[in-house]
Amino acid sequence: MRVTFTVNGRRETADDVWEGESLLYVLRERVGLPGSKNACEQGECGSCTVYLDGTPVCACLVAAGQVEGREVRTVEGLADGDRLDPVQEAFVECGAVQCGFCTPGLVVQAHDLIERVAEPSDAEIREALAGNLCRCTGYEKILDAVRLAAARKAAS
Amino acid sequence: MTRTGSGSATPVRAPRDIAAPGTGGVGDSPLRPDGTLKVKGEFAYSSDLWIDGMLWGATLRSPHPRAKIVSIDVSAALAHPGVSAVLTHEDVPGRKHFGLDHTWDQPVLAAGEVRHQGEPIALVAADHPETARRAMEKIRIEYEVLEPLTDARRAAFDPAYPQVQPRGNLARHQPVRVGDVEAAKARAEVVVSGEYRVGIQDQAFLGPESGLAVPAEDGGVDLYVATQWMHNDLKQIAPCLGLPEEKIRMTLSGVGGAFGGREDLSMQIHAAMLALHTGRPVKIVYNRYESFFGHVHRHPAEMRYEYGATKDGRILYADVEILLDGGAYTSATMNVVGNAASLGVGPYVIPNIKIDAYGVYTNNPPCGAMRGFGAVQACFAYESMMDKLAEACGLDPVTVRQVNAASQGSELATGQVIWAPLPMAEMLRQARELPMPPPLDASDIRNLPGGASQTTHGEGVRRGVGYGVGLKNICFSEGYDDYSTARVRLEVIGGEAVALVHTAAAEVGQGLVTLEAQIARTELGVERVVIHPADNQVGDAGSSSASRQSYMTGGAVMTACQAVREGVFALAAARLDRPLDTLGDLSLVGGKVVSESAGVLAAIEDVLGDAVIEETREYHHEPTTGMDPVTGRGDSHTQLALCVHRAVVDVDVELGLVKVVELAAVQDVGKILNRLSLEGQIHGGTAQGLGLAVMEEIVVSDGKVRNPSFTDYLIPTILDMPPMRLEILENADPRAPYGLRGAGEPPTLSSTPAIVAAIRDATGLALTRVPVRPEHITGSS
Ligand code: FES
Ligand code: FES
Repeated sequence: MRVTFTVNGRRETADDVWEGESLLYVLRERVGLPGSKNACEQGECGSCTVYLDGTPVCACLVAAGQVEGREVRTVEGLADGDRLDPVQEAFVECGAVQCGFCTPGLVVQAHDLIERVAEPSDAEIREALAGNLCRCTGYEKILDAVRLAAARKAAS
Repeated sequence: MTRTGSGSATPVRAPRDIAAPGTGGVGDSPLRPDGTLKVKGEFAYSSDLWIDGMLWGATLRSPHPRAKIVSIDVSAALAHPGVSAVLTHEDVPGRKHFGLDHTWDQPVLAAGEVRHQGEPIALVAADHPETARRAMEKIRIEYEVLEPLTDARRAAFDPAYPQVQPRGNLARHQPVRVGDVEAAKARAEVVVSGEYRVGIQDQAFLGPESGLAVPAEDGGVDLYVATQWMHNDLKQIAPCLGLPEEKIRMTLSGVGGAFGGREDLSMQIHAAMLALHTGRPVKIVYNRYESFFGHVHRHPAEMRYEYGATKDGRILYADVEILLDGGAYTSATMNVVGNAASLGVGPYVIPNIKIDAYGVYTNNPPCGAMRGFGAVQACFAYESMMDKLAEACGLDPVTVRQVNAASQGSELATGQVIWAPLPMAEMLRQARELPMPPPLDASDIRNLPGGASQTTHGEGVRRGVGYGVGLKNICFSEGYDDYSTARVRLEVIGGEAVALVHTAAAEVGQGLVTLEAQIARTELGVERVVIHPADNQVGDAGSSSASRQSYMTGGAVMTACQAVREGVFALAAARLDRPLDTLGDLSLVGGKVVSESAGVLAAIEDVLGDAVIEETREYHHEPTTGMDPVTGRGDSHTQLALCVHRAVVDVDVELGLVKVVELAAVQDVGKILNRLSLEGQIHGGTAQGLGLAVMEEIVVSDGKVRNPSFTDYLIPTILDMPPMRLEILENADPRAPYGLRGAGEPPTLSSTPAIVAAIRDATGLALTRVPVRPEHITGSS
């Protein structure tokens, strides 16, 4: 099957897509966007989180065919060239990145949170990121990063 | 979009040089040089590798923990459209077995018999991962299923128990004998005993096992893999492929966490076999299910402890048996047993000790290295014993630990004298005096055990506080010639002096690349540092395990930089046309060659000109000795590191739900090299200890794993982790580079017993196994 969709503002067409393929596979292996990660491929870890028509989803749970004609934004589409998105910047600055395998998903999820909630409380941050597993950091620095990004956004 | 490959043999997504610009030296917290790539999704992990024309490999694994293989028929799989190769043990070109520590007991592909569920039997290469999976289902294997041997105790002590593998059932028995335990038993005024169990924990790194093998024109293979120790991989891969080591070029790809789980080989030989067989690049990526079978886990343990003490809590003797189940193959079991034995009573001074630590073979899941290995299991038991002793003597848990605490100059169970500062009693005092978290605020449901599931509104919730202390050996022990190698090159590029650091050391997330750049800046006085991808074109760096890379590769980078620095000084003398020894005490600071007496002599760029100074150095730590096979005596460790945890928990005693409210850690790191990374290590280590305390266990019955997914094997989420308070001490270890101590593992030891002690404090229950499950608290099991 052929799937045509918009990803990070660009139109992409993937050919010979097998019906069982996930959006994650198409992104990673067919359109050259491996930034979204594949830590579980069953909706448990959040490492594959992308925006689908503006809503964060686990790309591993979305069938490729479902994105026909729709709009996807991945972690690769957050920065403006060399200018990092404030969430990305805060993750690097605060030490929220170790191995970084959870990072793309967390960055997208946190990006969504601070778009929706101006200055989220710790409890709100924890709730919003509860579906994103990180094995390295114990989450403290991730909380720091989201707080910092939110504060900067509020100040700007 | 169609991708066009370059036709060259280099993957389009591959590890690359990482520039580390900036100013942070040792002691600062510069940002990770790979951080920007990682937040942008541009960092090339081993599962992201891609090259034109590559095939996908898949691995057929045994569904049975123990069975004879009667026959294998691959013909239908081979005929499946899109399949390029199907390989079995007969196709292994060289040695048929691999294994850590020269044990060579693990088959590359099973021949004749399988000894654990998930053991690899056959390989498929195809044009799509799904094609490979479907073809795999067409491989016909006839098994004669056998009763799995899963009783670790019988494996250790019953000579009539059938053998799991040709080496017998006992991998190692390590005794430790100090004083006269029998005589001390007669004198004890208080005796406490306990039987403790630790379940199987999984490393659960997020980046699945994966990599790419590219066949090379010289008949060799280029391997892009995520591993902890490339050179040790190579020692096993080369003989199995029947190739000389020079024909295998290994490059470290992005590693999505390790924690011990990448110490053993996974897909390396398999991908290389498929690539060499098909003449095409082959990528293998495990999914999460396969990952649970694709690496070894933390050894489960059964431990029996008895302590005798005086009424005032002074321990007179320890009588200890530790039984560790390693599964079918040796992996790291030898060293795990060594750690459990030498650290079996932890950082306590006990005049009479009898420890017997055993590692056995069974058909249970294979176990090996995981963060804190050997020491984690023992720590849960000995800290539980300290709390028991406190209760029996009417002391509080901190005091009983202080009364028996080891310190600089005292002896470990092995007789090794603790040569560096070990301010344990003081650290316990600090942990106790840290401010307590506020009392439970039940008005916000999210603060309660069960959280948003609304299982309680505060009724039945009790608070508890507990302490845990963990002592971990840093670097390789027991006489191993442990070293790392670094090559450092200094040259002027674009008018600026640039240091290029090249090692084979694996960055697995811990921040080694940041530290290497910091050391280069401090030693060479330059700002621009470039970290070359880790590969085997430079000498062995040893493993990214045992909390050893800051010490060992840090030490190697430091000494290589110092050698380069000497070269700069010699060149400066030549350029100034003065004998070197007349220039006084020289250093490289702020891009200048500086003499203590005469001030700035020249800019480094001017001294270097077109010259390139390159030096390679090996760094070895102080040698250690083995443990005596009968008494366990020996100076077996080169460094020790201590962490103290205080845990505060709220427990819903009716439902058995636990909410960890706060974890406070006091850790001595010798010297803070990079506070940001260091805190991250302590936080992360603490989190894995929390996982073991209340959540994480690979559930096994009849040798089979019942929960190989993140749906059923739960690791801490951001809702499970409490705020963590850290007190970091810097009592230098005079032998170590910059006085540092390895830091990644100690917190993983101490957080588990601290949390369990807090749950005991809240509930009054004995709680002798981890993870603690709700039914252990409610008594419904
Ligand atoms: S990979 Fe999609 S949720 Fe884990
Ligand atoms: S940084 Fe490694 S999983 Fe989060």
